Amino acid sequence: MVKLEVFLQTLIAGLLLGGLYALIGLGMTLIMGVMKIINLSHGELMMVSMYIAYWMFTLFNIDPYISVLIATPLLFFLGIAIQRYLINPVLKVESILPENQVILTVGIGMVLSNLATIFFKSDYRSTPVSYATKAIYLSDFWKDSPIELSLSFPWAFSFLIAVIITVALWLFLTKTDTGKSIRATAQDQDAALLMGVNVKRMRVLAFGIGSGLVGAAGCLFIPIYYLFPSLGGQFTLIAFVITILGGLGSTFGAITGGLILGIFESMTATYLGMGWAPVGRFVIFIACLVFLPGGIASLLRRRRPG
Amino acid sequence: MKRYIFYALGALLLILPIIGLSTYMMHILILVIMWSVIGMAWNLLGGYCGQVSFGHAAFFGVGAYTSGILYSRLGLSPWWGLPMSIIVVVLFAFILGLIVLRLRGPFFALATLASGEIMRVVSENWVDLTGGTVGILIKERTWVEKTWYYYIILLISVATYFSVKKVIESRLGYYFVAIREDQDAAESLGINTTLYKTLALCISAGLTGIAGSFYTNYMGYIDPHVAFGLHDISIITIMIVMVGGVATYLGPFVGALIMVFLAELIRSIPGLGAAHQTLFGILLIVIIIFLPNGIVGDFPRLKRLFRR
Repeated sequence: MVKLEVFLQTLIAGLLLGGLYALIGLGMTLIMGVMKIINLSHGELMMVSMYIAYWMFTLFNIDPYISVLIATPLLFFLGIAIQRYLINPVLKVESILPENQVILTVGIGMVLSNLATIFFKSDYRSTPVSYATKAIYLSDFWKDSPIELSLSFPWAFSFLIAVIITVALWLFLTKTDTGKSIRATAQDQDAALLMGVNVKRMRVLAFGIGSGLVGAAGCLFIPIYYLFPSLGGQFTLIAFVITILGGLGSTFGAITGGLILGIFESMTATYLGMGWAPVGRFVIFIACLVFLPGGIASLLRRRRPG
Repeated sequence: MKRYIFYALGALLLILPIIGLSTYMMHILILVIMWSVIGMAWNLLGGYCGQVSFGHAAFFGVGAYTSGILYSRLGLSPWWGLPMSIIVVVLFAFILGLIVLRLRGPFFALATLASGEIMRVVSENWVDLTGGTVGILIKERTWVEKTWYYYIILLISVATYFSVKKVIESRLGYYFVAIREDQDAAESLGINTTLYKTLALCISAGLTGIAGSFYTNYMGYIDPHVAFGLHDISIITIMIVMVGGVATYLGPFVGALIMVFLAELIRSIPGLGAAHQTLFGILLIVIIIFLPNGIVGDFPRLKRLFRR
C-alpha cells in the first residue's frame, strides 16, 4: 500500500511539473516552428523573468502570480528586441555555416546569465510566500481513504495558471487572424508571403510570444523553485528535449512532451535518486531520436485517415 | 613569401622555451596550443563537414578521463592515456555518431550538446569509476617545469595541423565540403554521406581526445565540471573557431591566441573578471554579425576596412 502511495504521489508531482514544462516547451516550439531556429537562450529568458518576479516580490511585495501580468509583457518586448536587433541582421549576412543564428542565441544566453551573476551574485534565492507549504490532503475529503495523498497548493495553482495560459494560446492560434497567420508562416513561409501575410512581422511576433510564454513560466516557477543565475542552461535543455519529444513545431506535441518529461523525471528522482533525474531527461531524448524521430506529432499524423 | 613566414613561425615556436619565458607565459602558450588543437579538430567536423557540434566537451572529457582512470584505477602512468584515448574516444564517437548523425543542422548541434551534458552527469554519478565530483588528482607530476609539456603539445599540434590538412586536401575533404554545401545533392551524386560524416566525427573526436588526455597530464587534476564543461569547453571551442575563421587552416590558431589572451587579460583586470562571459558573449555576437567567417576568413574584408 505504501508503494502505491509513493507511486501515485510521484505521478501527481510529475504531472504538475509536466504542466509547467509544457509552457516552457510551447514557447520554444513556437519560435522553432516560425523562425526555423533553435533559441538556445530560452532558459536564460526564463531566468530573467524569475528575477523580475523575485524583485517584484522583495521590493514591492507583489505576489509572483500577479507578476505574471508584469513579466510576460516585459519578456515579450525583450524577445521582440532580440529578434529585431540581433537575430534579423544575422539572417541577412552570408557565411559558411548556416548555424550562425543558433550560435548567436548561445552568445545572448551567455551575456544574460553572466549579467545576472554580476548584478545579483550567484546566491540561491527564493520567494518566501505565505502559502508555500500549504497543501491539500486527500483525507480532508475522504475520511477513511486507504492511502494518503497530498497536493501542494503553490504547485497546483501554478499548474492551473499554466493550463489557462495554454488554452488561451490555443484559442489565439486557432481563432484569431494573427494566430492563423503565425501558423501559416510556420507551415510554409513562401506560400504565406504569397497569401499576403506579413511574414517578417509574424516572425518578430512569434519570438515575442515565445519569450512571453517562457516569462510566464518563470513567474509560475518561482514560488516552488529556487533561483540562481546559471539556472537557464538546464531549462533550455528541458525545453529542447520537450520540443524533440513532441515533434518539431507541434503545439499539441509540446504539451504531451512536457507532461511525459515531467512524469518521467519525477519517477527517476523517486526510484533512482535525485542525481540521476537529469540522466532520465537525456535517456528520453536519445530514445526519442532513435525510435521516434518525428516525435509524438508523427504518431498523431499516422492515425489520421488519408 | 607565404612559405617563409610559415617556416619562420615554426622556428619561432620551436625556440620560444629556450629564450627563457616566465613560467606564466609558458603556461599561456601551452594553453593556446592545446586550444588550437581542439579548434582544428572542431573545424574539421564543423567548418569543413558542416556538422556544428556543441558537444566537443564530451570527446575532450572522455580523453581526459581515459588518462585519469588509467592512473587512478589501474595505476598506470597517465601518459598511456595519449594512445589509449584515441582508441577509446574514437569508439565512443562512433557509437555516438550512430545516434546523433541522423540529425541535421541545429538538431545535430543540440544532440551533441546533450551528449556532452550526459557525459558530465554520468561522470558525476558514476563514483566508482570516475571519483564523482571529487575528480581525479595525478599525484606524481612528470615534470615540474613546462618546457617538455610545451614540446609535447607542440608536436601534437603540428601533427594535427598536417593530418587535418592532409585529410582536407584529399578526396575526403572534397566529400566533406560537398556534404556541408548540400547533403542531399552529395547523396544523390553517390557520396555515402553517413560514412563520411562518421569518419569526420571520429577523426575530429580522436584529435580532441588527445588534447583532453594531454590536459590531464599537464594540469594534474580533472573533475566533471572541468572536463565536460559546457561553457568552458564546448562553447569556447566554437568561439575559437568562429573568431579565428571557419574552414581555414590558421583560423583555430588565431582564434585560440585571441581567446586565451583575452581570457587572461580580462581575468587580470580587477572588477572585470566576473564579467568575462559577458564580454565573450558580446564578442561572439559582434563576430557573427560583422565577421561571419572569422578573422582569417574575412581578412580581405578587414584589410579593406582599415585601408579606407
